[in-house]
Amino acid sequence: MSVATKTDKIQRLAELAATKETSTGASLWREAFRRLKRSKMAIIGAIVIALFVVLAIVGPYIAPFSPTAQTWRNEVFPNRGEFIGMRGENWFGLDHLGRDMFSRMLVGARQTLLVGVVATLIGLIIGFVIGGLAGAFATLGGDTGKRIDSVIMRFIDIMLAMPSLLLAVSIAAVMGQSLTTVMIAVGVVQIPVFARLLRGSMLAQGSAEYVLAARSLGVRKRRIVLSQIIPNSLSPVIVQATLSLATAIIEAAALSYLGLGNPDPAIPEWGVMLTQAQRFFDNAPMMAVYPAVGIIITALGFTLLGEAMREALDPKLRG
Amino acid sequence: MLRLVVRRLLQLIPTLLGLSVLLFLWLDRLPGGPASAILGEKATEAEVVRINRALGLDQPVYVQYWRFLKRIAELDLGTSTQTGQPVWDEFVLRFPATVELSLLAILIAVVVGVPLGYFAARNRGGWLDVTSVSGSLVGICIPVFFLALLLKQIFAVNLGIFPAFGRQDTGINATDVTGFAVLDGVLTGELDASWDAIMHLILPSVALASIPLAVIVRMTRASVLEVQDEDYVRTAEAKGLKRSVIRGRHVLRNAMLPVVTAVGLLTGSLLSGAVLTESVFSFGGIGSFIRTAIDGRDYPVLVGFIMFIALIYVLINLLVDLAYSLIDPRVRVH
Amino acid sequence: MSLLTVDELTITFGGRGRKESRAVDGVSFEVDQGQVVGLVGESGCGKSVTSLALMGLLPSKGVTIGGRAEFDGTDLFTMNASARRDLRGSEMAMIFQDPLSSLNPVVPIGVQVIEILERHRGLKGEAARKEAAHLLDRVGIPDPTRRLKEYPHQLSGGMRQRALIAMAVACAPRMLIADEPTTALDVTIQAQILELLKELVDQEGTALLMITHDLGVVAGLCDQVNVLYAGKTVESAGRRELFGHPTHPYAHGLLGSIPRLDAPRGEPLTPIRGSINDRIAWADGCAFAPRCDRYEMGCLTGTPQLTEPRAAGHQVRCVNPVLDDAKAEEVTA
Repeated sequence: MSVATKTDKIQRLAELAATKETSTGASLWREAFRRLKRSKMAIIGAIVIALFVVLAIVGPYIAPFSPTAQTWRNEVFPNRGEFIGMRGENWFGLDHLGRDMFSRMLVGARQTLLVGVVATLIGLIIGFVIGGLAGAFATLGGDTGKRIDSVIMRFIDIMLAMPSLLLAVSIAAVMGQSLTTVMIAVGVVQIPVFARLLRGSMLAQGSAEYVLAARSLGVRKRRIVLSQIIPNSLSPVIVQATLSLATAIIEAAALSYLGLGNPDPAIPEWGVMLTQAQRFFDNAPMMAVYPAVGIIITALGFTLLGEAMREALDPKLRG
Repeated sequence: MLRLVVRRLLQLIPTLLGLSVLLFLWLDRLPGGPASAILGEKATEAEVVRINRALGLDQPVYVQYWRFLKRIAELDLGTSTQTGQPVWDEFVLRFPATVELSLLAILIAVVVGVPLGYFAARNRGGWLDVTSVSGSLVGICIPVFFLALLLKQIFAVNLGIFPAFGRQDTGINATDVTGFAVLDGVLTGELDASWDAIMHLILPSVALASIPLAVIVRMTRASVLEVQDEDYVRTAEAKGLKRSVIRGRHVLRNAMLPVVTAVGLLTGSLLSGAVLTESVFSFGGIGSFIRTAIDGRDYPVLVGFIMFIALIYVLINLLVDLAYSLIDPRVRVH
Repeated sequence: MSLLTVDELTITFGGRGRKESRAVDGVSFEVDQGQVVGLVGESGCGKSVTSLALMGLLPSKGVTIGGRAEFDGTDLFTMNASARRDLRGSEMAMIFQDPLSSLNPVVPIGVQVIEILERHRGLKGEAARKEAAHLLDRVGIPDPTRRLKEYPHQLSGGMRQRALIAMAVACAPRMLIADEPTTALDVTIQAQILELLKELVDQEGTALLMITHDLGVVAGLCDQVNVLYAGKTVESAGRRELFGHPTHPYAHGLLGSIPRLDAPRGEPLTPIRGSINDRIAWADGCAFAPRCDRYEMGCLTGTPQLTEPRAAGHQVRCVNPVLDDAKAEEVTA
């Protein structure tokens, strides 16, 4: 037979040998999903997230008033400590500039979600690439590969050595105050987490028997990495992404508190709202409580789902 | 033992060097440079050039790097643009306050967290277990500064039980020996000063302890769950040992191993939390100082702080590493 | 009067939403002072669970224990927890299968021996240390005083098991339960450990309940043998009687499947077909029926009872036992 068909046959054999593992991987997913459906944590988390996402999309359209117009400015006197709480048209009361809190909360959901998602995506994508490269080098690159991997990981370890908030502060302090800064800062902080995670997962998979089988059958390395190792390393990354979304939202709020967020109070974002409200906490605590509770519940939703996913995917924690 | 310490210190050096390179590249050579950060975005070309020359930024890279390293070795982290004092001096002045706060927070987290986690694991599925796990999940979702704000509002402003800010009341004349207010009071016999310091510490440390507490509860619980199914625990039971002995010598001593490493990792979040909490309580430690530095764009302080904190973090992890090898004999080199 | 009497022991796992499974289904046997009794069977037959139940080491939730077990006249299952705890390690002791995982990795060996001495014999300090060293010496560990300070990972597999045996006999228990004590060890070490156990039994008169799947171990050590299958005793006899005349098809098949030195070369081995999962519920008939060559209709009419078709004291649970076997003569004690 010709060389081409022989290679194809070997390739096919290797794929068959390897797919056995992937199909076990697929049934791992199915079983995990089944367990997830039964978990109360997962259900609560999923509901909360769904509500939040719906709010983020729909919020601006159903808000009764404009979130930025200082419609009732003449009715509040922050200097005298006089505020308007819950009343007829303003279900959540007014903020210190006479804006409707309810509308601000509704519209703010979108910004808050955006911050969390973008930050996590930055961390995920860049971390994925770096971790993936390091992992690929480590598992398939031989000795030089291992050396490249350790250099990359040293770099990552250094990033991890810095307390996350302070790393974010250093980025934000230099880039100026804006929501984009906060997003990038929080995102960069997540990079080492994902990089480490993916690389570790890949290393664990790399010494798995199906990889050895594929290699001994001559399957090209790139193919092994892309079609076998990475799919099987995905589950912890997905868990982490969910959990990171929660931390991203909270850290974004913290950065806002430190004054690094968007100073323009016109665009509502729960973290910024919380920061501005703290000055008036004594007289109008609800101004801070609404965005705080919003942040807490949303973060909790992602955390619950993330933790439930982790438990569902962990074979040890069964039963 | 000494060999282990030396070896670990040597392993630290490449990390520290890498860190310094990173810091140097990032912090010293940003677009626009420190000049525009100091002068603000509206700096003119000429002003920027002038500042750059003054800061020695027109020299070749390796010269700058060498000077950077020299400055660090001399503990010259620059001068604060706000106070005009050397950055290092400002840190040393304020650091003990933050240390006191962090130590108390970790103490609270461990003393409350470990037993909670242990009993949650032993009574898996019981009300304590469910409450602890739920509580710790909620705990990590509450922004630290909001918790601090809430505690301050309820217990200090409304109920008046605790003081709302600062480290000590202005009325008390405490003598400063080590910088650690509680310790100083004990050392100089001014116990009322110690007590006052403790009262000031309680609210901020509780707020700061929230995240470490949540993490420690979950880690201890997970660890105990794993350990209690181990064969050696079964052997201990088969020997008919008292429950307290099994708990202490067999279950906890093994379960604590991963928790010890976790404490090292927690330092990072503790320092971040300190910055936030101290702001709320105007505590006067490094945290509040950094807050004002951020507000005032005190660039040298921020840069110096990053380097300072990175070093502390690395050292603490070294300590944790050593502590771990002390506890786990399998790790020791024979 | 027997030291240990087990009467119709049943152990069921499950409840609280999980499927119920009966691991032990009416097992009875006796162990006399100074006697070595073997519980033999494949994994999953319930032998380990039985020993754990006797020691009181099964979890309290999710497990239901039925039947009786009397140790020296005392009912084990109705004892209160603290009295049971006093009994463990002092009157009744147990050694387990994997010596490395059965030892606390972060505590020195000496401490792990001394803690029993402190608990049950009230020894402390120097006296305890001396006794601990003496015990290690007794079980054949060289240089015992130095070993006291060492950690489990510094000892070899055989030494670890010896140390565990030392801990088990520290308080001169009247009964020792050994759950597969040699399975995790090298063959040569196995022999040494079994020698040690035999020595202890002969010298101290300790009763030994030996749990194993290895017929070789049984042949060398046990006076009385109980063969378990799917949670029930299927054959119970003295050693010579069992090895000479295995009556239950399962026991017969086990012995027949052992490779023999005197068999002609090239002769294929005769395993028992199927696996332990190929079975029916005892309530419907004989659980072994699907794998049995001698299976007949009578095997499906409810649970077979224990009878003594061959000799007194030799019990079999079979409707169609193997009663005429010329192989008997070849087996030596």
